[in-house]
Formats: sequence, C-alpha cells, structure tokens
Amino acid sequence: MTVNEAGVFAGTTVADVVLWHDLHRLQERYVTVIDTDRLEEWPDLFAEDCVYEIVPKENADRGLPMGIMHCFGRSMLRDRVVSLRKANVFEPQTYRHLTSGLEFTRIDGQTIDMQSNYVVVQTLGDGESRLFQAGRYLDRVVLTTNGWRYQRKRAVYDTSRVQTLLVIPV
Amino acid sequence: MNQPANPSDAEKLVCFPREDGSRIPYEVYSSPQVYQLEQERIFRGPIWSFVGMEAEIPLPNDFKSTFVGDTPVVVTRDADGILSAWVNRCAHRGAIVCRAPRGNARSFSCAYHQWSYDCRGNLRGVPFRNGVNGICGMPADFDSNEHGLEQLRTESYRGLIFATFSDRTASLADYLGQQMRERLDRIFHKPITYLGCTRQYSRSNWKLYTENVRDPYHAALLHPFFSTFNLVRASTRIEHIFDQGGLHHCVMLFQTEDNSGAAAYKESKIASFKEGLRLEDLSILANVREFKEEANFQIQSIFPQLVVQQVQNSLVVRQLLPKGPQSFELIFNFFGYSDDTPEMVMHRIKEANLVGPAGLISMEDTFATELIQFGTAHAGGTLSVADMGRDAADTENARSVISEKPVRRFWRAYQEVMGL
Repeated sequence: MTVNEAGVFAGTTVADVVLWHDLHRLQERYVTVIDTDRLEEWPDLFAEDCVYEIVPKENADRGLPMGIMHCFGRSMLRDRVVSLRKANVFEPQTYRHLTSGLEFTRIDGQTIDMQSNYVVVQTLGDGESRLFQAGRYLDRVVLTTNGWRYQRKRAVYDTSRVQTLLVIPV
Repeated sequence: MNQPANPSDAEKLVCFPREDGSRIPYEVYSSPQVYQLEQERIFRGPIWSFVGMEAEIPLPNDFKSTFVGDTPVVVTRDADGILSAWVNRCAHRGAIVCRAPRGNARSFSCAYHQWSYDCRGNLRGVPFRNGVNGICGMPADFDSNEHGLEQLRTESYRGLIFATFSDRTASLADYLGQQMRERLDRIFHKPITYLGCTRQYSRSNWKLYTENVRDPYHAALLHPFFSTFNLVRASTRIEHIFDQGGLHHCVMLFQTEDNSGAAAYKESKIASFKEGLRLEDLSILANVREFKEEANFQIQSIFPQLVVQQVQNSLVVRQLLPKGPQSFELIFNFFGYSDDTPEMVMHRIKEANLVGPAGLISMEDTFATELIQFGTAHAGGTLSVADMGRDAADTENARSVISEKPVRRFWRAYQEVMGL
C-alpha cells in the first residue's frame, strides 16, 4: 500500500501486490513443509545465520528471554530435524497450521518485518484432533539470492501449557 | 466421596504387598480416593510444598498465584520484604480473590463483594460494613481479625519458598535435612537472575514424575540423546544422595569416558542407542565449568512439588503440580547467575534446548509417564516391579545408574506419610 507525503492512501501498486504475493507464498510454503512432513526442507526457508525461537507469551510480555526452542543458525535447525527423525521418542502425529492476519510492520529495503497469527491443530494416533497451540509469528525476512528467507522467526504462543511435548517445530 | 477416617481404613485403598517398596500397586496412579487422601495427608499435611522462587517476586508487593496440591494459593512479598502465602479463597463467600497469575499489589479485593485484604491476607475492608444510613451492616460481634484469608506457614531456603498448612511440622531447614541443603547450597551459591518459565502438561499421575526423577535407570535407556552422546550411559559415574527419611533424593552424574565405545549398548542391541546420530552444532552439549564440585547433572527432588536441576549449564527449578489423579503440570523456571556475561546467558538459552517441553534429551519423560498411565487403566490388583539392585549392597546402589533403590525408598516414605 502506498501512502503519499500527506499520509493519504494513494493506491496499491503492482510492486505492493508482488511483495504481498511473494511473502504470502513464503508463509504458505513454510506451513506446507511442516504439515506434509517434509521437515528436511524446513531449514532451507531460513537464512544461514537465522534465529528461530518458540517462546511463551507470558515470558515475551515480561521481556524474559526463555522459550522452549532456540535455534541459532541453520545448522541447529537441521540438528532438530535429525534429532526428531533419529533420537526422540514420541507418538506419531500430524500438524495442520492455520494462519491469518499477515501484516508487514516494517519495510526497510530488502528486509521486512511481518507478523501473523497461527493455530496448530494436532492429530495423534487415537484419531482425535486437538488445538495444540495458538500464537503469533513475529518474522523478519530478507531477500537472498534464493528468494525471500526468514532471518528471524519468533513463534510467541498463547497456549502456555504444552500438552505432553513439542517435537515438530511450529 | 468417602474419606477414610484413619489409617486402618486407608489401608484398604491400596495394598503395598512388600515392605521394601519394590512392588507398587497401579491404583496409586489413578484412584480418586488415593488422590483425595494425598490432598489431606500430603498437601494439607505436615509437609512443606514448594510454591515459588524469591526471584519470581523480587520487589516489595510482588505476588504470584500458584497451588499447594489442589488448593489455590497466593505467595506475596509485602512492603517490608516479608514473604507470606494464603489460600486464594475469599473469607466471605469463597470466591477466588486474586485472579492474576502474577503482579504487584498493595492489597487484594474480591470481585464479588469487594472485600479487601492486605499482602499478608488480613481482612482490611468490608464495603458498607456499617450499613447505609444506619440500616443493616455487619453485626456488632463481627471481628475482622477472625475473617482473614487462611494463611500458611511460609519459609524460604536459598531463595526457594515453601509453604505448609501444618503447625506441627518441623522447620523448613529440618524438613530438607543437611544432605539436601548441601545440594541446594551448591546450586544457589550466589545471586541468581530469573530467565522465565515454560509449562508442560501431562495426562498422567504426578507421582509418575516423582519416580521418574529418582530413576537414572531409565535415563540410560529411554532417552537416545543420553546414551548416544555419552551424557549418561549405564557405566556413567554417579552418586546418589539420600536424605534421612526417604522423601527426597538427589542424583549427581559425572563426565565419564567410555573407552569401550558403548560396547555394552551395541552387544545388547539397545534400540535407543543411535550409533549414526551426528550433530552439526555440538556447542549445545558444551559444559562450562562453574561449580567447585563439577558434575554434568544434578537432579534433586524435594517432595512433593520441587525438582532442582542442573543439566550442564541449564539451571531450572521445576514445580510439579498435581491436576487431578490423572494429570499434572510441570513448570520449568529457568535461571542464571546475576554475574553471567551476555555470552553465558546466551549459552544457557541455547542449552535450554536440552530440557523442558521440547527438550532434546528429556522430552520423552512425560510421554513415558503417559504410557504408564494409559497402560495401567483398570489394572487393579496388579503391581509395578522396582527390583533393580534390590539385593545389592547399599554401597553398590549408591554409585550405580542401574539402581531402583531411590524409587523403593520413595515408596516406603510415601506409605509412611499416607498411612498406607
């Protein structure tokens, strides 16, 4: 959306639409690789020196740093996937992500901050689907030679009680 | 629900057929009657329950809401810094008075009729106490001093706050005992900084977790991360520290070279040992020396609501809260030391990946306790077996990963407290 010098809405440009399309597609691809169990592709959606974190809202609201998952760099994302595949013991499960309210909060050249809501519905072996986590993505994306990638992805979750365990990233 | 009136009635609830604690009736994990009795004999009995860290309420008039067993309790620090705990139930009609999980307040007023209390739970205000225009009002014999919130005895040790409903139980220092105090002294040897909490909820009985932290046997087997990266193997040097009574326990695990290359795991074809597992970023497993007595792990369980954990440089005070017979909540309170460099804080945050609800080395614990809960549904009359090391000498049990002595000791102490 373009705003003129007087702060008045001046129409949507083709560039606005393209940017919206590209970043929406990044988000769609992100949830799809997780929800279809293509987790090996998940680290590819991040920049090399990325930060990925899952933090409860109760800490974020108080400015406390601690969360349940903190990955610094893509190697730690890959380690999480290797660990999930080979070293963690848990009940087979699937996620379905629903996202809404994508908005850009800061556009600065080739770096964009964006936020959206997410809900993860988890289905376990008993055949019941449960609302596993509701939260908000606070993302910073950068334009790389491979396209838009997450420089930082912070999932701030409302559902402070994690049911049983969290092994698949949100 | 009929509450047993005395221990002889209680005996009928469940039967521990052996005196050594090696046979555990599965009903203790699901019986509503046992749960009810625990509320009476443990959580409202002569036991100190952990309710919070002083670092959670560092400033005058800070408070937090929590529980002692099922009973909602608020822990406060008043303007003079004095710690108190009171039942979060209005003395008027029983409504929850404090509805915030934490905050800062000089007084607390009930939403329903606006009765108000000070930080220590004393009744300070009753609206229209003298009526309106001289009509109605409280009777002349109404004494505010008799209508405060129910207050608990509150004491803290090394910044850990405990509360009890009992007037007759020993001081907190005696309840912990010297052996347990020494372990807490090691962890809380200098001022700490609170880094936040995470919460995990399990559909299983709270005592399954109490057993879990007393059971290093499982650590060497359930968690592939432990054995594969030689954090804990069956051959790891270990030290069990017992208290006098058996309610509490501490285990310390020391870095131990395994020159056999995990031969015992390979020969036994133990499925949870993952020979091919490799990490790209090994800094997550680094242990920065910061204690005089160097151990990779110290897991200390203070019955019933506290586990203090040092896993490498990840420091956590876990609060265990029962939520009915078949559920519990686990709150992980992370902390560092006040003199940590920014790099050390980052290291602790990185190592937090090892523990908690998404912990690489321990996420399986609540999954395992749920497997037991589901597996033992309606298993009345059948028994759990805790025989490992049963005929071994105490000196052997005290330094073996493959020992269930702490589990047996716990059940003996539990029976005593419960009168079972």
